[in-house]
Amino acid sequence: MIVSEHWLREWIDPDLDTAGLVDKLTMAGLEVDSIGRAGEALPDIVIGLILQAAPHPDADKLQVCEVNAGGKQPLQVVCGAANARPGLRVPLALAGARLPGGHRIEPTRLRGVASQGMLCSGSDLGLEELSEGLLELDADAVPGQPVDQYLQLDDAIIEIDLTPNRGDCLSILGIARELNVLTGAPLKRRDVPGWPAEHDQVIPLAVQAQELCPRYVGRVVNGVDGGARSPVWMRERLRRSGVRPINAVVDITNYVMLELGQPMHAFDKRRLRGGIVVRTARARERISLLDDSEIDLSPGSLVIADRDKPIALAGIMGGRDSAVDDSTCAVVLEAAHFSPAAVVGKARLYGKHTESSHRFERGVDAELPRVACQYASALLRRLAGAEPGPLMEVAARRHLPARAAVKVRGSRVIQLLGTDIPGREVSTILQRVAKRVQRRNDVWTVRPPSFRFDLHEECDLIEEVARVRGYDRIPAARPVMEVGAGTRPESWLPLRRIREALVDRDYREAINYSFVDPALQGSLTTEPWVSLANPLASNMSAMRNSLWPGLLTAAINNLKRQQSRVRLFEIGKTFHPRGARDHDEMERLGGVATGDAGPPHWDRDLRAMDFFDVKGDLEAVLAMTRESNNIAFRNVEHPALHPGQGSEIVKAGRRVGLLGRLHPQLQTKLDLDQAVFLFEFELHCLQQGRVPSYRKVSRFPAIRRDLAILVSEDTTARDVLECVRTTVGEHLSKLELFDVYRGEGVDSGRKSLAFSLTLQSSSRTLTDVEVDSIMTQTLDALRARHGAELRS
Amino acid sequence: MEPLATQQLHDLVRDAERAISEAPDINALEALRVRYLGKKGVLTDQLKRIGSLAADQRPAFGQAVNIAKDAVAQSIEARRDALHKAAMQQQLVRDHLDVTLPGRGAGIGGLHPITRTLERLTDIFLRMGFEVADGPEIEDDFHNFEALNIPPDHPARAMHDTFYVERGGLLRTHTSPVQIRYMLENPPPFRVIAPGRVYRCDSDMTHTPMFHQIEGLAVAEKVSFADLKGVLIHFLQQFFETSLEVRLRPSYFPFTEPSAEVDISCVFCEGNGCRVCKQSGWLEVLGCGMVHPRVFQHAGVDPERYSGYAFGLGVERMGMLRYGVDDIRLYFDNDLRFLEQF
Repeated sequence: MIVSEHWLREWIDPDLDTAGLVDKLTMAGLEVDSIGRAGEALPDIVIGLILQAAPHPDADKLQVCEVNAGGKQPLQVVCGAANARPGLRVPLALAGARLPGGHRIEPTRLRGVASQGMLCSGSDLGLEELSEGLLELDADAVPGQPVDQYLQLDDAIIEIDLTPNRGDCLSILGIARELNVLTGAPLKRRDVPGWPAEHDQVIPLAVQAQELCPRYVGRVVNGVDGGARSPVWMRERLRRSGVRPINAVVDITNYVMLELGQPMHAFDKRRLRGGIVVRTARARERISLLDDSEIDLSPGSLVIADRDKPIALAGIMGGRDSAVDDSTCAVVLEAAHFSPAAVVGKARLYGKHTESSHRFERGVDAELPRVACQYASALLRRLAGAEPGPLMEVAARRHLPARAAVKVRGSRVIQLLGTDIPGREVSTILQRVAKRVQRRNDVWTVRPPSFRFDLHEECDLIEEVARVRGYDRIPAARPVMEVGAGTRPESWLPLRRIREALVDRDYREAINYSFVDPALQGSLTTEPWVSLANPLASNMSAMRNSLWPGLLTAAINNLKRQQSRVRLFEIGKTFHPRGARDHDEMERLGGVATGDAGPPHWDRDLRAMDFFDVKGDLEAVLAMTRESNNIAFRNVEHPALHPGQGSEIVKAGRRVGLLGRLHPQLQTKLDLDQAVFLFEFELHCLQQGRVPSYRKVSRFPAIRRDLAILVSEDTTARDVLECVRTTVGEHLSKLELFDVYRGEGVDSGRKSLAFSLTLQSSSRTLTDVEVDSIMTQTLDALRARHGAELRS
Repeated sequence: MEPLATQQLHDLVRDAERAISEAPDINALEALRVRYLGKKGVLTDQLKRIGSLAADQRPAFGQAVNIAKDAVAQSIEARRDALHKAAMQQQLVRDHLDVTLPGRGAGIGGLHPITRTLERLTDIFLRMGFEVADGPEIEDDFHNFEALNIPPDHPARAMHDTFYVERGGLLRTHTSPVQIRYMLENPPPFRVIAPGRVYRCDSDMTHTPMFHQIEGLAVAEKVSFADLKGVLIHFLQQFFETSLEVRLRPSYFPFTEPSAEVDISCVFCEGNGCRVCKQSGWLEVLGCGMVHPRVFQHAGVDPERYSGYAFGLGVERMGMLRYGVDDIRLYFDNDLRFLEQF
């Protein structure tokens, strides 16, 4: 809502300057977004009255004008505008003036004729984008008066960002009413003029959809000149309100809407076949609209129709075929009450958000149509000499918005606001807001005014009390600290700890969009995903079912930005369809790593990161759960991963994560020239751990023995270590694999694994004989189960 | 060899001391010790010869030899010390490092600024007795709109450009649906916050299609607007670590009544007016209000018995104000040059 301060002050003039006014509105919930000026100051541009206009002797399109600029002698000005004519009052830029565009006016000669200034159009003064001819000022413009003063260009243009509940403030009247409530300053105007019927012409008027249109007011106005312009002051007010002036009739309907809040429309009477019917659209009906678009009406849309076809999209936009144009000589004015339900969603559906739909969606005072129609008639009569007929009205009272009384309890005011407001003050405020208020003890019965669609319930009125009185006058209670109810069990590893562990291992946290490129996702996973019906772009249309598409994209983007080492992780949800309509959301931790194993250092050779670097990072995180013994890494085939360097992570027999190197084929496809490692876990498996449980530290000496064996390449380290563990049993206090060797001395197809066993008993010192026997048993078991031989 | 005369002993000691003082290293010193004080050393040998002297000469001679031995031993000790010190000194010089060379670090990563902001916000509320709740990101119309008093075609829906999921459902446009889910499952009194991702199909200079919010909700028998104000002022002053000014402005949300927008005095210009606060001196940081009775009804809470407040704030915005980030889109570019600054 854009408000001209001058216009507003015609209605109410509180004792506040512009800044005070703006602050008052903002602090009452009518947030002022910006304050501008109606126009630039225009020094040396005055009102000129054209006394004579003669053709230029040497130019077809120029005229030589004699202009009264308020001085004793008229000035001679050469002008190229077609509408320059004697008797016209126009802006005159005197020599020395500078136009808003920067152009400086100097005395000059045009084709041999002296010109002492320049007659100006609206666009010359920065008032319009494009002008046709000179700006024609009204008869009250006094020659010699500065134009900026005449046009009140110092007028403050206040843009208010209204919340959707305050449709009642979408007019000068509405803002004035609000200021009356807020400041107590009286309204200077109580009503607007009307005009009695000057003839008895009416047309048939029928409302079929009474629920959607409980009131329709129309009026036949004859003697209209469709080509006439509205006066400058009106066009200026429209311009300042962000509405483009068109012709006198349309301007007047818009003016009434801006001033009172009632959207109106004017139909060219000649173009109506039969009368007016307000009805819902029928199947396969179409309409051409004022903006030259043509739309297919969806059945149920409310339209204004004549006998043959729809002529307006009710409350949104008029039709092209019945629009007022230069040849119009009689119109039917429309001022209707369309219920929000008739308009809401429709403007969006048809992509036609208009000043009218904006108001009807939010609710327009049902009492306004008659008043507005009268006012528009009076303006048409006064400004255009038109002749209004009798007011026609169809109203269905039972469908008009009812205003039920609302009870406001003093006790509830205290409970909700936390402060005791004196009853007197509550009364004063409610009185200003609603006029119809009764108080009995501590209960007020309030009947909200017809224009306040937002006041239905007790809490709405309590808000009014708080708002009008000022939120700043509600004290801030000292926050009461309470003991938080639930803490997580100790076995649950805090998310923060996991994040920090990865950060400490040189990973940076990333946050990616939850929607990803389906093509990339399809190449990284085989599982189905959920798609968006209205994505911003096709490469943002798939809800991620893995964190990899986002992380991989982030890594690629960073590599493109000349980063050679990227290590990122992300914690977030992935989305998985279940059945035909349902879906599951899973919290996951994912990561991507590529580049050198560590940051460059002067005393260390650079080495490319490999599988075990990343695995080590994950093992560190997994170890925090104390569940490492229940977690196994196993080779796995996965479409995104290198067939020999992919691993699933299994906990209690179930896959809970994946780790591996990006499949070289994908690497090539994505134009990556270095190996990339990816991992992803179900978050809960990283969080669900164990509470520590103390085991007595043995007082007896520990004995360390090393064992190096040869096994075939397809025997995994895990197989061997598991075999050792089960064979040795309780006396094994530590088992460490410290060497893997292939090459000289080891047959191809085999590898050497060396590990150390630390043996210890909790109850006695192990003897050499016992230890030797353990080692022999272990080797035997490895031989039997894995074909191992002792490496000599 | 005969026992030496006193003068000769003196000479011997003098010679020994000179040799000791010139001993170039520990080995040479050790050789001298053996030569003079060892089992077969010169002075040891003198003592053995005491028997060849007359009984009355023996005490004096013995004393003289012992004095000589002590003197030599002391010299050796002194020299040993000096040699040790010199050796240590040399070692220290050899060990000298250029301490300005970089350490052998593994590097350290960092948290995303959103997480950093969320953790601080969460901490402040946890200390005020709030619990953390969670809800799905793919929501249904009931929880995201209907139960929050936003019926179909409500103008407020136009402000929530909603992403719809092909199979049905929508991406939550705010964290407020968690209010409904929490209330349906937990009887009052409670205080809860719900941080999380939200989505709106809007993308330009100042909007990203995904962002983060924290929802707050407190319900009890006597919770008032004054309590809301107290909690928010405390939280904002804690978060910005300054006693900035906080003002509540009436506003409108379908799910609260009364509703308010909360402004803080501009953290960049301290309220004097700058580009960021559009010269107003104020920055809008969050929306809040008293839970609307119709929301309570949808969530099975008796609005006559209980009252409650709710608030919602944008995490990106809080981070931008705190760290001076000037473009919201940076948060989701995951550019290392950006992430490395946090």
